[in-house]
Amino acid sequence: MAVLSSGRPLVLRVPGVMTTEVGSETDVKKEPEKVPEVQQHTEQPDKPADSTASASSDPPQEESRSAEAGSDQEATASPEPSSPPAAGGQKKDKGISRFLPPWLKRQKSQSQDKPGESAAPPKQESEEVVKEDQEETSQPKEQEEDGGGAEHSEEVKEAREEVQPEEKEKDEEKSIGSADTQPVREEKEGESEVKESDEKEENEEEKKEEEEKEEQQVVQQEASVPSTLKLNKKMKMVVCHVTLLDGSQFSCEVEKRAKGQYLFFQVCDHLNLLEKDYFGLSFKDNAEQRCWLDPTKEIKRQTRNSQWQFSFSVKFYPPDPSQLTEDITRYLLCLQLRQDIASGRLPCSFVTHALLGSYTLQAELGDHDPEEHRLDYISDFQFAPNQTKELEEKVVELHKSHRGMTPAQADAQFLENAKKLSMYGVDLHHAKDSEGVDIMLGVCANGLLIYKDRLRINRFAWPKILKISYKRSNFYIKIRPGEAEQFESTVGFKLPNHKAAKRVWKVCVEHHTFFRLVSPEQPTKTKFLTLGSKFRYSGRTQAQTRQASSLIDRPAPYFQRTSSKRISRSLDGAPVVNVSDYSQAAGAGENGPALELNSDSKSPQVEVVEKPNADAATSIASETAFETDDASERKSKLRVQGENIYVRHSNLMLEDLDKTQEDVLKHQASISELKRSFMEATPEPRPSQWDKRLTGSPATSLRLQAQGSLEEELTSLFLSKACFSGLAGSCSTAAAPAEASQGSAQPEVPQKSPPHPGTDSRDASQPPVVKTEMVTISDTFAAQKTEISTKEVPIVHTETKTITYEAAQLDGNGDGEPGVLMTAQTITSESLCTTTTTHITKTLKGGLSETRIEKRIVITGDSDIDHDQALAQAIKEAKEQHPDMSVTRVVVHKETELAEDDD
Amino acid sequence: MAGLMSGFGCFTHAVMRAAPRSLARDALRSGGQEVDLLKVQEEHEEYASVLKHRLGLEVLELPADEAMPDCVFVEDAAVVCGDTALVSRPGAPSRRRETEAMKSALTELGLNVVEMTDESATLEGGDVLFTGREFFVGLSKRTNQRGAEILADTFKDYAVSTVPVQGALHLKSFCSMAGPGLIAIGSSEAAQKALKIMQQMSDHKYDKLTLPDDSAANCIYMNLPGKGDVLLHCTPEEFPESAKVFEKLKDHMLIPVTNQEKAKVDGGLTCCSVLINKKKNI
Repeated sequence: MAVLSSGRPLVLRVPGVMTTEVGSETDVKKEPEKVPEVQQHTEQPDKPADSTASASSDPPQEESRSAEAGSDQEATASPEPSSPPAAGGQKKDKGISRFLPPWLKRQKSQSQDKPGESAAPPKQESEEVVKEDQEETSQPKEQEEDGGGAEHSEEVKEAREEVQPEEKEKDEEKSIGSADTQPVREEKEGESEVKESDEKEENEEEKKEEEEKEEQQVVQQEASVPSTLKLNKKMKMVVCHVTLLDGSQFSCEVEKRAKGQYLFFQVCDHLNLLEKDYFGLSFKDNAEQRCWLDPTKEIKRQTRNSQWQFSFSVKFYPPDPSQLTEDITRYLLCLQLRQDIASGRLPCSFVTHALLGSYTLQAELGDHDPEEHRLDYISDFQFAPNQTKELEEKVVELHKSHRGMTPAQADAQFLENAKKLSMYGVDLHHAKDSEGVDIMLGVCANGLLIYKDRLRINRFAWPKILKISYKRSNFYIKIRPGEAEQFESTVGFKLPNHKAAKRVWKVCVEHHTFFRLVSPEQPTKTKFLTLGSKFRYSGRTQAQTRQASSLIDRPAPYFQRTSSKRISRSLDGAPVVNVSDYSQAAGAGENGPALELNSDSKSPQVEVVEKPNADAATSIASETAFETDDASERKSKLRVQGENIYVRHSNLMLEDLDKTQEDVLKHQASISELKRSFMEATPEPRPSQWDKRLTGSPATSLRLQAQGSLEEELTSLFLSKACFSGLAGSCSTAAAPAEASQGSAQPEVPQKSPPHPGTDSRDASQPPVVKTEMVTISDTFAAQKTEISTKEVPIVHTETKTITYEAAQLDGNGDGEPGVLMTAQTITSESLCTTTTTHITKTLKGGLSETRIEKRIVITGDSDIDHDQALAQAIKEAKEQHPDMSVTRVVVHKETELAEDDD
Repeated sequence: MAGLMSGFGCFTHAVMRAAPRSLARDALRSGGQEVDLLKVQEEHEEYASVLKHRLGLEVLELPADEAMPDCVFVEDAAVVCGDTALVSRPGAPSRRRETEAMKSALTELGLNVVEMTDESATLEGGDVLFTGREFFVGLSKRTNQRGAEILADTFKDYAVSTVPVQGALHLKSFCSMAGPGLIAIGSSEAAQKALKIMQQMSDHKYDKLTLPDDSAANCIYMNLPGKGDVLLHCTPEEFPESAKVFEKLKDHMLIPVTNQEKAKVDGGLTCCSVLINKKKNI
């Protein structure tokens, strides 16, 4: 297994505020440091919300803005002794610029950015700069650094605090001017993680180089383009060449500063493609590695290829191509798969090669014609990496059997078979495990697969992964602990170099977002700790693109299948020529989703430790119940600002053994959102959609009260939401043991009483039964608390417990059976004054997915607590976290007891 | 026209092999039990009769070879999936030659035969669980990583995941498919551990049928025209509790088949035949 094993050797500490509580007892010492930041944070309560709103109102620009802000900042913040006062020259004519030294040009381009595009207040700039600067560039010309390079900020910040100056200098010395610093770094790697140096200056150097080269390339390019446009300084045009899936070339001129998106849309327009979110433009980097063009960033910052040569490719392989709306989309997917197969990237057996090949022939050539189609008619086609005569004969034989099938039908059949191949949609990356054994990392819709040779040796479904990160040439995933395990583990993989590590990280971020989330997360920009990479998947998710596609209402577009030039006959309509200008929103709507699986960075919430036996709640709610309603809510802001968060996930997982966790995938997205929001809301202002709808509240006060438990107030909030789930296919009643007819009668009784993490086990396998379970924390946390030396800052402990039940399913089809509890989880968090237990259950019935959240909040504090206020606060917070749900019941139970003392 | 990976459990042919007299004394076994050859032969005949007469399969019965006491357990000699057969290289040296007869039988049946020639590879069919969508290969005393790799190379369409097997001879000593997407699994710790690994490794979702007895979890599922779901499983005499579990499978045609004597030499129900579907799937 490619596992570094657990323990926590690889645990990466979160910088700054978060660092302290993340991990272990040793961190606790640093707590005092946090205080200033906490304060700072609370002082500006309104800012994040505002900027969130503005950011989301104009999402496409936001990332670039921040990226540019970052680079601006970088330019100004860093001493650049070597660069002359360039300001004067910056506005000069482009023609002249060609003769200027590169650093001048660099300056110029930045200053141009500034007025034009980066109007946003540089609120976060300093942090972003940190991120950016720390980005390690193993290759000087790595140009994505501006925007996408923030990934390591976590370590970086830490590095700044902890790394000795000498070390920094040493690092810098080693790396400055070095075209490839990677080897050096790798050697140093073992020494200390914290030593990640502050590479600001180094990166400045490298960036300048990059810019310089880039500029030269562009200039060359321009020179090679005989266009009068080049005289126009505002409109420097560059010709982009895009290889389409059918092998043809598409060229178009784009403005030099155009973003990836612009070119991508040009290509999609050219192809008449509406379901574009599955596709992307890629280019080869210096090492001939394929990189995806980030739509939100300038092309020229990403490619160093002077030819601006791209390939239009499938980026996200839809797990079920039959759900694509248009034939043209399926056709393009077929083209991609044919390439994948012919190149060997998608391995298949002989029979499969033959079958898929026969569908290709049917789609391209129509019915087999014995007159016209002799054996050599297929020599133009490549059906397999090593095509044999025998294969061709088999293809022809099968082709004959497809008589009458339309091209669209043949494509559909092709896809129905191709999608079942085990390597369908798996993006492979070479890596080594901790022992240096060669393995492959395969990123796919469901998660991360680990291969050794051809064998799958491990698999990490997205729900199993708590965090992904990369550092230097290592790529890490933090794994949710299994039911018998005490701690989460971090698994590290060694990639060939830093860029490769970053690439796999990015691909993971994108796949996770696209396939697992309902919508990309909101931009992280306004978050308190914006330390992570700014790179996020910025397009639509699969759920969104499906929804958008369902609105497509044009006649099937005309398109030609390359070989035959036959007019496509749609399954359901005559060809209609050219419906252009269909105004589906482009995939650029959202920006910078903040992943739970984030880069090494910002997230406080993800330091996760299993806590075994959470004791049962000490108090039980249910005295008074009353209804509240939304109207009573006032604006509220995040509950706790700048607090230290210690999130614990206890994977007590009463998971039905039959149901693998990964299958919650599709359905769990919304739950996952809820959970995430719950966890994140605690530590930081949450600039989410929810925040936008709601307004700030002084929630903090509750948490910030002095400790000492004289009184407890326990509030249970019941929220529920029923939302239509497009994925749910069937109906029946929820919560009942929906007996799967499929022979899964079990001898054991599925009902298990409260799970003991270590012992739970075998056999909760009866078809899903709703089980709920309440776990309230107790002693473990108390123990932890005592280790905390200062009490100025409340500590929030959070425990997450996930219980997942899924419907029995056939055939890996992710859709759930009717009326079945999809997920249930209990999240418990505790601060010194409050304990919040959240129990989330999600059930599916008849196409409705219903989510119920039950929260118990135990407020512990001195007698000064205003209970009404506390209750109102609790309700407010609950609603704030789940604005799309309604509070259906509130139960309050008060308990007063004498505290022995307050420590 | 059926596509890839359809028709799980559809079989038309079975290859079996008679039990040699040497089985009683020389067959490998983990326990030290005495084996009654006559009983073995009775069981074997009953088994063959079920396949032939009850289920209508065409059964090709290879002659016993006294030099190969374990040759009745043909499953270990080959893995057949679709129209491709991988002739294995058994981990037990005494069993290596069992593959010869198997190879010619499979060739005769018109299958695309692939041989495992790599000297460093070992694989026994008892370690190979095909679920209809993917393979799990148990890494046991009899099957190694290299063997699994060759299997993966042979059946490229499918994911092949490895599962460490402890405390049992073969992976299928405690599990098997009891239906499409339904894994029959024993209750032992080793079995449950293996199941967990399989579930973690899989993109697909499986139901499980937990049997109190590990050995009972070795059953044979078929989906036959006119008969639907068919399950050959242990008898109540051998495993009363487990038999009750099988009896809950209302939709299956349940056929208890005695395996008491062969179990003494670690033979399960699946061990005694190689099932083949010669009706073309594509």
